[in-house]
Amino acid sequence: MLIELKEIEKTYEIGTVQVPALKKINLTIAKNEYVAIMGPSGSGKSTLMNILGCLDTASGGVYSLNDNDVSAMTDDQLAEIRNREIGFVFQTFNLLPRANSLHNVELPLIYNGTPASQRKKMAQNALEKVGLADRMHHRPNELSGGQRQRVAIARALVNNPSIILADEPTGNLDSRTGEEIMEIFETLHEVGNTIILVTHEEYIAEHSNRIIRLRDGLIERDEAMN
Amino acid sequence: MRILIYAWEGIKIAFEALRSYKMRSLLTTLGIVIGVTTVITIVSLVQGLNKAFANQISAIGTDTLYISKMPWIIRSDKEWFSYRNRRNITVDYAKKIKQSATLVQAVSPVLMTRRSVKYAGTTAERVLVVGTNADHLITANALPEQGRFLMNSDVRHRKAVCVLGWDVAKALFTNVDPIGKRITVGGRKFKVIGVVEKKGSMFDFNMDNQVYIPIGIFQTAFGARWRSVDIQVKAISPAVIEDAEIELTGIMRRLRGLPPGKENDFAINKQSMLMDTYKNLTNVLWAVAIGVGAISLLVGGIGIMNILLVSVTERTREIGIRKAIGARKFDIMIQFLIESMMICALGVVIGLLVAIVVAKIIAATTPIPAAITLWIAALGIVFIVAIGLFFGIYPASKAARLNPIEALRYE
Ligand SMILES: Nc1ncnc2c1ncn2[C@@H]1O[C@H](COP(=O)(O)OP(=O)(O)O)[C@@H](O)[C@H]1O
Ligand SMILES: [Mg+2]
Repeated sequence: MLIELKEIEKTYEIGTVQVPALKKINLTIAKNEYVAIMGPSGSGKSTLMNILGCLDTASGGVYSLNDNDVSAMTDDQLAEIRNREIGFVFQTFNLLPRANSLHNVELPLIYNGTPASQRKKMAQNALEKVGLADRMHHRPNELSGGQRQRVAIARALVNNPSIILADEPTGNLDSRTGEEIMEIFETLHEVGNTIILVTHEEYIAEHSNRIIRLRDGLIERDEAMN
Repeated sequence: MRILIYAWEGIKIAFEALRSYKMRSLLTTLGIVIGVTTVITIVSLVQGLNKAFANQISAIGTDTLYISKMPWIIRSDKEWFSYRNRRNITVDYAKKIKQSATLVQAVSPVLMTRRSVKYAGTTAERVLVVGTNADHLITANALPEQGRFLMNSDVRHRKAVCVLGWDVAKALFTNVDPIGKRITVGGRKFKVIGVVEKKGSMFDFNMDNQVYIPIGIFQTAFGARWRSVDIQVKAISPAVIEDAEIELTGIMRRLRGLPPGKENDFAINKQSMLMDTYKNLTNVLWAVAIGVGAISLLVGGIGIMNILLVSVTERTREIGIRKAIGARKFDIMIQFLIESMMICALGVVIGLLVAIVVAKIIAATTPIPAAITLWIAALGIVFIVAIGLFFGIYPASKAARLNPIEALRYE
């Protein structure tokens, strides 16, 4: 199994107050699934995504990714997993402001030691896939919101990760640009990628094959779509 | 391989940062610049002084010993008075030393006074009159350029002959061959038998403004029978100088009739004494260099640390992005250490350039041949690495330890 969560809990501590964000989540996701995670604000969607993306570790339970127990890994091991297995797409794009598209997309390859020539080829390739071949040397502030998000998607793709995680990727975009971004995810899914995305727009979620609804840190419903 | 790739990334990021904050980076390096300039200027100054000093005292051979009532270096008036009361050293010691010493090639007793010297209406004032013997040719390196130096027979028979120093000859004789001419030295007539080649000067002392006469005549002519003589001794080679000193000490004690256990009542001086005293002096300069350098480098280093902490805060989000994408702690650490070292490098390079200019100015306006040598430049590189690393570690590890989620959320 690609992703397997057993009794995953996450509790934030603010001073002496304990805020339970996730309460015993059990979940499996297979390769090439396209999953939408929905739920009201504060229900734990981002927390779940961060744990799935190895940006954060759970307070309890076991998370296996590709049959490896992630819960027991060190920070540096998690960094390598993020580099190799995970492609992250954020609501606020999170591009390096002073770097051009090409360099932003190359970034994950820098940290796994890919030689410069190969890096450039792979980054160009990824930018072509998201339709930005003609914007390689533009900096983020020279691009529209939709274009920025496409650079971010290219960056998530470039290393051929096992999972692409997108936390409200259309949240900062107008609905038409949002649709364009969703089309890219759809294509990525068709060519075999596993995609998990968070949204609270039903029409965005309808692109997926499976919708998981969270409420107060619990899975309220988990349904397959047609 | 991998480390090269992100070290290069680190260099690019650091360049970007230095370029974006030109003024800030420049001001940050000021402390380093001052430190490096101070240290390197003083080091080059001391080296220049060393060279100049060694040059100056090269006239005092490393193979020559100077027996005297007084040591060259006297530290207090009290010492001086106790030396003054010592028995005189007399001319006949020189002969006896020459007879019994085995490590010695030449021994010359020396008495000196300043007198005016006249020839045919021309007068040279305050010429140093040196009463000595034939061995002075060797002990003082007084090589005749014209005629000859004093010979044993001149000294033994107290002949009224003299040998002129270069400048004296030039002052008294223009277009005339001085050899055979009769001149007046301190009111007495002497026949010129030779002129010593140009010797130059040591510090302010002009070694060419001298007249050499037999020591016996000196004593009768200038009423110096009661004065203590200095004895110059040239060892057979610089290598045996220490053994020669021991041998001379033994001979002198015997001549003075000193029983065992009694202190020497004479001094044996040598070049290394001046060298030692001089080195004590330059040690002070070294201490100043180290002190000023250390303080300004510390201040500079703290400045760098401060600016890096600001930089880490400003770039929290960037660090978050890099971590989310797979940068490990070490990768982030390297990035900031490189930036730290590059700020240092900037400071060291500017400091070196300023120091080179200062050294050039010193060399041009003073007799000190100050110069920046290769090893001083190498020292600069050590500074870069050491300071950059030392003051970069804290901010760099702070950046490396940032939690990626919190860093990404940072506004
Ligand atoms: N870093 C944090 N510290 C404390 N509480 C947090 C933190 N992050 C999230 N929470 C809390 O955990 C709960 C779930 O948050 P989150 O996963 O961001 O929800 P969603 O993304 O569904 O809006 C909320 O109650 C939120 O306040
Ligand atoms: Mg959220």
